[in-house]
Amino acid sequence: MSLIEITEVKKRFGDNEVLKGINIDVEPGEVIAIIGKSGSGKSTLLRCINGLETIDEGSISVAGAQLLPDELHLKALRLKVGMIFQQFNLFPHLSAGKNVMLSQMVVKKTPKAEAEEMAKKMLERVGLGHKFDAYPDQLSGGQQQRVAIARALAMEPIALLCDEITSALDPELVNEVLAVVKELASEGMTLLMVTHEMRFARDVCSRVVFMHMGRVHEIGRPEDVFANPKTPELKQFLGMQH
Amino acid sequence: MNYAFDYGWLLEYWPVLLKGLAITVELTLVGGVFGVALGVACAWARALGPKWLRPIVTTYVEMIRNTPFLIQLFFIFFGLPSLGVRLGELEAANLAMIINLGAYGCEIVRAGIQATPKGQFEAGASLGMSRIQTFWYVVLIPALQRIWPALSSQIVIVMLGSAAVSQIAAEDLTFAANFIQSRTFRAFEAYFVSTAIYLALAIALRQMLRGLGWSLFPKRSGR
Ligand SMILES: Nc1ncnc2c1ncn2[C@@H]1O[C@H](COP(=O)(O)OP(=O)(O)OP(=O)(O)O)[C@@H](O)[C@H]1O
Ligand SMILES: [Mg+2]
Repeated sequence: MSLIEITEVKKRFGDNEVLKGINIDVEPGEVIAIIGKSGSGKSTLLRCINGLETIDEGSISVAGAQLLPDELHLKALRLKVGMIFQQFNLFPHLSAGKNVMLSQMVVKKTPKAEAEEMAKKMLERVGLGHKFDAYPDQLSGGQQQRVAIARALAMEPIALLCDEITSALDPELVNEVLAVVKELASEGMTLLMVTHEMRFARDVCSRVVFMHMGRVHEIGRPEDVFANPKTPELKQFLGMQH
Repeated sequence: MNYAFDYGWLLEYWPVLLKGLAITVELTLVGGVFGVALGVACAWARALGPKWLRPIVTTYVEMIRNTPFLIQLFFIFFGLPSLGVRLGELEAANLAMIINLGAYGCEIVRAGIQATPKGQFEAGASLGMSRIQTFWYVVLIPALQRIWPALSSQIVIVMLGSAAVSQIAAEDLTFAANFIQSRTFRAFEAYFVSTAIYLALAIALRQMLRGLGWSLFPKRSGR
């Protein structure tokens, strides 16, 4: 059994069918890059896996837990999959440390001291141990995104979903975030990431998914996908990069 | 103009003023605290609450915002006894102020909630928080921070509006002023002094609310 099983998932917004039957199985420890043109449904797919969008057909399960749209099942699923957003979405009224502590205390009922311990450890892990008391607006974009990663990690998820997590960053801040992700990958974290960083996808990912018009158009190991694109759409897409 | 000002009555009547002041302060505190709480609850209901609750809250808010405070007060004090609900004048005054501030506060707080970036709700959800938990721990404080100046002004307005409760013989500051001028026939002086007290009270209340804001909301680098 795979860690994440996405089976025949369809998603419509009104008349607009955005996902037209997606099938992907993710094994534990895999790092999957999702690439594709704007509007191809990459974000929607990630959001469905996390239950931020409901699916119209098909099924999604994570470590055996089925995605069902009631709060109890959603919570169980979200404890297993963390999500990192393009816009960081840190809580502006809480310090970095409190950002990482909050959901542990509220959702897992972790005692404060323990949550604080965990927050320190996770901030340490993303290289921000010294920023525990800083507020989000006192941090650079790269630092904010690393706090967001620490916040997700503190819930001890078995997989992380990353939606263009470096796209809102100034170019010089991209690498510090990618370095953290690379580190996570090497520690065996299962990652699904929508990304435009083709070099990163090539170097770090175990598989690449190319989405086109709501379908998985090509899927394979990065060396194959990048070196020998089979479809004209992927050829064109890769040609457009750089 | 040969009117001779005379503040001699102050010697005799200051305890009356003081008592009126105390009651106005009490009405403002109770009305402020519970009114804001009611406003937050209603704002939640209107912005994020269950669908069936929304029209009920909307009806309440629109009813209060489109009728005079004095009529609301009379309704509670003189009208409700017909239904067997008999309130003392202070209880009625408190209730009227809570209900009034609740409705205006609802609209102000709702604006703050609606200005919340969608990503905040999604971040809360993706961390496993329920909708209520996300509202309470993530959305509310920044929402209040956004509208704090407007909410503070509304609280001051309600404090000043509390003068109306003298009409149901609640012995507030305005009641005291009326009482004194009817006894001493020193209308100018009585209202001048009470005006000064209201002014001082309003300024103090604004300062207090500003201080509360500072302690409620974290210091940010922007300040
Ligand atoms: N909440 C929504 N309501 C209606 N339509 C939506 C919604 N979210 C996404 N869509 C539509 O679904 C399609 C896929 O959007 P999605 O955000 O998944 O694309 P994407 O591949 O992530 O694109 P990008 O690279 O620009 O982020 C688009 O046509 C978009 O307009
Ligand atoms: Mg997207």
